[in-house]
Amino acid sequence: MLIKTSFTLNGEVVQVETAPDAMLLWTLREELKLTGTKYGCGIALCGACTVHLDKVPVRACITPVSVVSGRSVTTIEGLSKEGLHPLQQAWIDEQVPQCGYCQSGQIMQAAALLENNKKPTREEIIGHMNGVLCRCGTYNRVFKAIEKASQEG
Amino acid sequence: MSNDSNSNRLSRRHFLAVAGGLTIVIAGAAVVPGLSRSKEDNTNGERITAWVNIQPDGKITIYNPAAEMGQGSMTALAIIIAEELDADWNDVAIEHSPIEPDVYGLSWRGGLGGPMITVGSRTVMGYYEHLRMAGAQARYVLMANASKKWGVPIEELTTGPSKVLHQSSGKSISYGEISRFATAPDKLPDIDQDQLKSAEEFRLIGKVTDRHDIPSKVDGTAEYAMDINVPDMLHAVISRSPVHGSKPDLQNESDLRTMEGIVDIVILDHGVGILAQKIEQALKAKRFMQIKWSEDGMASGHDSQAAYEIYDATSRSDDTNWHSIVSEGSVEDNLSADDVIEARFKNDYVYHAQMEPLNALVSPPREGDPAEVWVGSQAQAGARQAAAEALNLPEDQVILHPCYLGGGFGRRSMADYVTEAALLAKHADKPVKLLWTREDDLQYGAFRPICSQTLQAKVKADGTISAWSHRIVGTGGGLLGSGARIPYYTMDAKRVEMHSIEHGVRTKHWRSVAHGPNKFAIEAFIDEIARKLGFDPYLYRRRLMINDQRSLAVLDAAAAMCDWNSPAPEGRARGIAFAERSGALAAGVAEISVDRNTGMIKVHHFWAAVDAGVVVQPHNAIAQIEGGIVFGISSVLRESITFKDGKVQQSNFHDYPIARMADTPDQLEVKIIPSDEKPAGIGEASTPLVGGAIANAFLALTGNSLRHMPFTSERVLEVLS
Repeated sequence: MLIKTSFTLNGEVVQVETAPDAMLLWTLREELKLTGTKYGCGIALCGACTVHLDKVPVRACITPVSVVSGRSVTTIEGLSKEGLHPLQQAWIDEQVPQCGYCQSGQIMQAAALLENNKKPTREEIIGHMNGVLCRCGTYNRVFKAIEKASQEG
Repeated sequence: MSNDSNSNRLSRRHFLAVAGGLTIVIAGAAVVPGLSRSKEDNTNGERITAWVNIQPDGKITIYNPAAEMGQGSMTALAIIIAEELDADWNDVAIEHSPIEPDVYGLSWRGGLGGPMITVGSRTVMGYYEHLRMAGAQARYVLMANASKKWGVPIEELTTGPSKVLHQSSGKSISYGEISRFATAPDKLPDIDQDQLKSAEEFRLIGKVTDRHDIPSKVDGTAEYAMDINVPDMLHAVISRSPVHGSKPDLQNESDLRTMEGIVDIVILDHGVGILAQKIEQALKAKRFMQIKWSEDGMASGHDSQAAYEIYDATSRSDDTNWHSIVSEGSVEDNLSADDVIEARFKNDYVYHAQMEPLNALVSPPREGDPAEVWVGSQAQAGARQAAAEALNLPEDQVILHPCYLGGGFGRRSMADYVTEAALLAKHADKPVKLLWTREDDLQYGAFRPICSQTLQAKVKADGTISAWSHRIVGTGGGLLGSGARIPYYTMDAKRVEMHSIEHGVRTKHWRSVAHGPNKFAIEAFIDEIARKLGFDPYLYRRRLMINDQRSLAVLDAAAAMCDWNSPAPEGRARGIAFAERSGALAAGVAEISVDRNTGMIKVHHFWAAVDAGVVVQPHNAIAQIEGGIVFGISSVLRESITFKDGKVQQSNFHDYPIARMADTPDQLEVKIIPSDEKPAGIGEASTPLVGGAIANAFLALTGNSLRHMPFTSERVLEVLS
């Protein structure tokens, strides 16, 4: 049995047909071909699948598609309407990524912070970002890039 | 990717037809100094090598033979070629090279033509000299063509960024223009070493700051194998044996087959595969799967805690069959004395935990078209071979598309996941994308092995070490020994030996291999000796390094960076450590505090100095050294895989924690020491420093020794009580 779900994805209304228990992560990746959102752990422990649901960062791997019905989802592909988001530019300036696999999640998590808090403190940045894992150990540069974007923003 | 990479075996004809412009092609093996005569004969001019293609519009494509897993070597290798080619860096594009180990393989015992494998921090050091030569030869070809066109002697020509210049007439022509009429010689000129640029002339080596792959890694467009989709593709997962070597007996196959989207169930030697239309259908069926496992697994009964007791008994036994790593002078007489200092160190299994779980997409051959494989692999040729064997095809009927790796750290130089995907694709006769869940990736991991290390030293009152014994007992065979040599420390006599005991569990190279455990034990033991004798740990190392000025300079640099003689802030202490890995020399200092209630260690500051010879991309090298420190902190403070009854006890990041942003030092300072020596490996240089530096800071702070990695809260509290 398939159910239809409509929601706004990166500013445009989309409709998907999925199993009732389908998760947003796989629906984004496999049905909608938006592969910037990554699978890392499947149980909301690593943050690689972070997207925005009505501007709030959520883990797409445990977010049922049914939950996003009628709401607005933003992925890394839709973070910036034009050109690079200030965080993406800061990420390049600071040469943050190594393997890069977690970085969509890092950037989406960081973008949600700056949306509500233009000048976060050191503790606020760490507290907000601590749930997104990076095995390559780029955290110091993630931190620097967020600080840079917040100072310029 | 261009069409070029769609063929893993290029003929000259094919390459020229597809690429257009001027490809610096070399028939036979002329550009590969290390190729044997017999291979040259076999190739009979059919195989070619090409590192550079120049298009009339000026675009310069440089081919990258290495895996890109975040270490940055795809950029570094292109810089090396572009430097001697005298290219304008803005003109350079980078693409994967064909998978042709004979010509693109790593330098291995002299010339190129070794394996196409990205391991051991070997990429830049393994290609450096050869790619400088390749760049210089390509430049020479361009100059020779300009010389012919203008009718002037080649000696009168020079080059500027992407152009050939004739100073006396003021003529200038771009490389792109030359490519319109240029011909490549059958045999490239021999270029003398002294015709290469001097370090002062470098425009790119040591100068280019940005990595090629980074823009695609901030907007979600970088392609990992996980992101590839092809038409008619099935999704697959596998339930693998919980005890390595046990065999599956599926109990509910008919029920599984009725589940929505399930296309097939495949019984493998080591597990049961599920093929489904959608990934979530496969994952759901995996959760419902009921398997009885045979009890004859080779890892049956393995208990990692109990293994330490066996190791300790083995290291005391007279009957142990030791494998010698170092034997210099006689230690026996000295080690029987009463005042011998002794300590024993241990380290748990650790898991790679690369953020992208293993996966591969294999498409079987169709209507005369070859099979195709999309994979992130550290061993591209090995992965292609594994797929070819599983598909029962000759290797030239398998095209491998290298993808970015979401982390490697040694795990992706195995091809087990490629073999699995190929077996399933062959069975289904359809393209199959195999996903390892995080739980699969962890529980069927291949771990850095456990070991117990017993160190003994006979030390004179002045600090001279008259005898040093280091005995390593663990599992994993050759994975135990790296880093146990300490040629930079002068001692009267040294004995380093190891002994491996097989437990039937999967073990593997893990970033810096045994350097992590061995440098930890060595460096912690040096501090224990210094403390016993009342010496400053830094000055004591200086004394031991008396005959190695290059190492000493690195140690001094780290001490200067942290102002070693200044007191640490209240409640903190510093510890110093030294390590060499893949030719790089590194010294590090950790400044830590300890919460005596929780047992949590916090690393506030880490300083590292590294001498890695000529550094092609210093900005990226610093990033690698920073990341290696955090990777080290993660393993030293948090990570532990344990076995009980042959089964891994952990399953995901809740019970296998890795370092988070809060665990990162507030300050990470890295100094690259300028050097004209040949390049050394950087990606693993800093990781082995961390265990010793933290243990030594802890010893300075508390007077207690931490001798078992990881230094978890529980172990810290135990040591403090």
